[in-house]
Amino acid sequence: MNRDNDKGKVLIRRSLIMALIKFLLLLAIIARLYYLQVYQADRYKTLADENRISTRLLVPPRGIIYDRNGMVIASNQQNFQALIVAEQAPNVQETLDAFKKIMPLSEAEEEKVKKDLKRNRSFVPIKIKDNLTWEEVSKIQLNAPDLPGIVIDEGLSRYYPYGASMAHFLGYVSSVSDKDVKDDPLLEVPGFKIGKSGIEKYFEKDLRGESGNLKLEVNAYGRIMKEIERVDGTPGRDVQLTIDARLQQKAFDLFGEESGAAVLLDVHTGEILAFVSAPSFDPNMMTQGLSQEDWNALLKNERNPLTNKAISGQYSPGSTFKMIVAMAALEAGVIKPETKSYCAGKMSLGNHTFHCWKKQGHGHLNVVEALQHSCDIFFYETAQKLGIEKIAEMARRFGLGSKIDIGLENEKAGLIPDKEWKLRRFGEPWQQGESLISGIGQGYILTTPLQLATMTARLVNGGYEVKPTFLKISNGDKSKIKKMDVSQANLELMKEGMYAVVNKPGGTAFMSQFNYHGEKMGGKTGTTQVRRITMKERREGIKKESELPWRLRNHALFVGYAPHDNPKYAVAVLVEHGGGGSSVAAPLAGKILKEAVMLDPTREKVH
Amino acid sequence: MYKPYETTFRNQNMTIREKLFNISFSYVLFIVMLATIGVIMLYSAANGNWSPWAINHLIRFGIGFAAMIILALIDIKILLRYAYVFYFATLILLIVVEVAGHTGMGATRWINLGFIKLQPSEFMKIAMVLVLARYFHTSSLQSIESVRGILPPLLMALFPAALIILQPDLGTALMLLFTTGAIFFVVGVQIWKFVAVFVGGVIMIPFAWHFLHDYQQNRVLTFLNPERDPLGAGYHIIQSKIALGSGGVFGKGFLNGSQSHLNFLPEKHTDFIFTMLSEEFGMIGAICVVVLNMLILAYSYSFALRSTSYFGKLLAIGLATNYFMYVFINIAMVLGLLPVVGIPLPLISYGGTVMLSVMASFGIILCVHINRNVPLGKD
Repeated sequence: MNRDNDKGKVLIRRSLIMALIKFLLLLAIIARLYYLQVYQADRYKTLADENRISTRLLVPPRGIIYDRNGMVIASNQQNFQALIVAEQAPNVQETLDAFKKIMPLSEAEEEKVKKDLKRNRSFVPIKIKDNLTWEEVSKIQLNAPDLPGIVIDEGLSRYYPYGASMAHFLGYVSSVSDKDVKDDPLLEVPGFKIGKSGIEKYFEKDLRGESGNLKLEVNAYGRIMKEIERVDGTPGRDVQLTIDARLQQKAFDLFGEESGAAVLLDVHTGEILAFVSAPSFDPNMMTQGLSQEDWNALLKNERNPLTNKAISGQYSPGSTFKMIVAMAALEAGVIKPETKSYCAGKMSLGNHTFHCWKKQGHGHLNVVEALQHSCDIFFYETAQKLGIEKIAEMARRFGLGSKIDIGLENEKAGLIPDKEWKLRRFGEPWQQGESLISGIGQGYILTTPLQLATMTARLVNGGYEVKPTFLKISNGDKSKIKKMDVSQANLELMKEGMYAVVNKPGGTAFMSQFNYHGEKMGGKTGTTQVRRITMKERREGIKKESELPWRLRNHALFVGYAPHDNPKYAVAVLVEHGGGGSSVAAPLAGKILKEAVMLDPTREKVH
Repeated sequence: MYKPYETTFRNQNMTIREKLFNISFSYVLFIVMLATIGVIMLYSAANGNWSPWAINHLIRFGIGFAAMIILALIDIKILLRYAYVFYFATLILLIVVEVAGHTGMGATRWINLGFIKLQPSEFMKIAMVLVLARYFHTSSLQSIESVRGILPPLLMALFPAALIILQPDLGTALMLLFTTGAIFFVVGVQIWKFVAVFVGGVIMIPFAWHFLHDYQQNRVLTFLNPERDPLGAGYHIIQSKIALGSGGVFGKGFLNGSQSHLNFLPEKHTDFIFTMLSEEFGMIGAICVVVLNMLILAYSYSFALRSTSYFGKLLAIGLATNYFMYVFINIAMVLGLLPVVGIPLPLISYGGTVMLSVMASFGIILCVHINRNVPLGKD
């Protein structure tokens, strides 16, 4: 009985111990609840929201680019694309395989899809194929049961209605690459495109707009339960350029198969009305993604369709430089308007002989006549008297030798040599012969077509230092344009010379004149040698251009303006290896200027 | 005035009416409260629908409630007398299920009675407590402290546990063994024997590991490191912790648990119902459930202590311990303190057998309380 008592006591003692243990264990549970629900609550709240909320960026429509007359030159086009949402596909690979049966995918395309899938969370729609036709869209929709996770999306893609003609200044948009700075979450959106060159790149920030946010509540399987919040983004800002699409198209078409550049400016404002580099490429192809073959073809083309020749091409200005030499000489008083030189077809300096392009010589001529006939001897002599420093100074004042910066990449500065430059560059002193050569725009001098257009505008607008721009110049800005300290009379003389070039018999561009209701153009031709001319050739006379292979033919240049009486437009045309300035460049420039005059909004409509 | 709680009569012939008045009202109230919470949560689990779970839960609770009252009212001597019978009957059911499972019916844990699927393993837990209480009721302290004395009850526990492991249902088997161990502990088996078994067990772990099914091994590994496989086996426990933690102090509100309702939380109507409760009603709701369970346990203990018979004491303690196992293992599991073992939260989780077996346990505990003054000899 005693032992029985003990047995009861043991039971009670041990029971109480166990009750205590249970109590402590339940307290531990409460402590754990406190830890999870109070101490770590914020962390888990965030995690729960991450589970629950799927945030999608709303891509804003890209800003439209207009020409000066409000014509759309870069727009957004509706574009159907097939997307895959990984979390909605039970087996992504199976879905992709089924998709491939309906619409073949190249290996590279499939790789890209898989890479994008890996890089993004499973609810992010990944583009499989875009630019789908209606037929393809309906084919996918018909097979929808076999394609879980495939979604058809109506997106916007960039479209350039003028295609190649505007590629060199508009640039293009393309997929974000690893090199691009990811300063905006939009850039992480698969398939998002940004401006890669030209105006598209320069105005990227404005054109892009601000992304919106769409917060969706999704369940564990990724199904959208409801929209929690939608913050609409800001559409990209529209941009209006000074380009006139009609003139641009006309100028581009005029080049045909030729390679070269043309820049048409408003002489009073510097507004760029046409900006051509030929040949070109279709920016729409760039936007859709270029195949390797097409890309290689562009790279290999000897006419460099990818190079923006209007700003990246540096060419000897040739005879188009003669106005600068003449201005410098007149301003310096080295020559007077009536000063005449005698051209015998050649002249000597030391033991060198310098030839005029006209072997038999031009006889006596003053500066206007020298420009009209593009006499080399006159300018050799003038340059000899003037010296390179004065020429260089005048050249710089007219916008040559330095970058103008119109917002496009790869602009080249050109080159205006002087004594100091020569010494620095070659460690040799300047030779007088080099001054002579410079006098006819040859030698070291290099200019871009844009610079030549600027030079021409400044020559004919009364000496205002206009700067080319793609953006409209307000009247306020216009009044701020500085007037250069040059004699108006001398400028008038230049115009007289350039008028004679086109409109006087014997002028080098006489064949290119036009008279549109009394409005005429003036200008100056230029032909520059691409290869070194050997002494032998100098003696024997230069071979006919057409006998040479394309790459060795001369560049043809023309700078001009119109209307002569009240200049409004200035143009610079360069045709690479085109032959002669008078035969190739001048007619082309003439047609551009005539078109500009015809389309001038201020002129009375002529019936 | 008639004072039912002060009845001191020693005769065993209480009337039904007297017995009914002796049922602890508070104890029953706690049980009803927990079951009500269960109905509410199951209503929420079905996104605000009575079907398919809440209504069934209510019906099962009703049946369980009736069973509890009936058991509370029976004579405790019957329990003492038929303890072995009940144990062996349950054991036979267990063997039947096991054999049936191996003869082409697939791995079954239950016997289908049409309206309810009974798992004999659940009832084995009650039978085990009953038979151990019966056994130790008559054995002496010397016998308890001797190896010979505890060998028969040990075998009585190990045999069904082995059968249950073979089903395979590791969780239930472990619970059965833990309950047995707890009873061994309270009756006074020496501590060093537990230590010896524990050490032996630790040594056995590498061998036992071998016998675990892959999914069981995974559960243990996942418990040790849930991030091991965040989308696979670890997913449940990670999502459970997120749901719990994000509930905070006050919860997200009834029917507003995002983790639960957007299906991030698995098994929200069964094993993880406590998580959903904690998400929607926060720490306050969770602590309420824990406290209610503490009260049930405390009352069970007080009933045990007030019982004059060793059988009654041990029966109440054993069944309370069994109940505690469910509650603790389930909650610790969803809190990430124990591996996921598939133990429901009684009265709240959806599930017929557990409801019935737990209500039966409560009935027996109430029966012990009602018969606290009934002397039970060592016949």
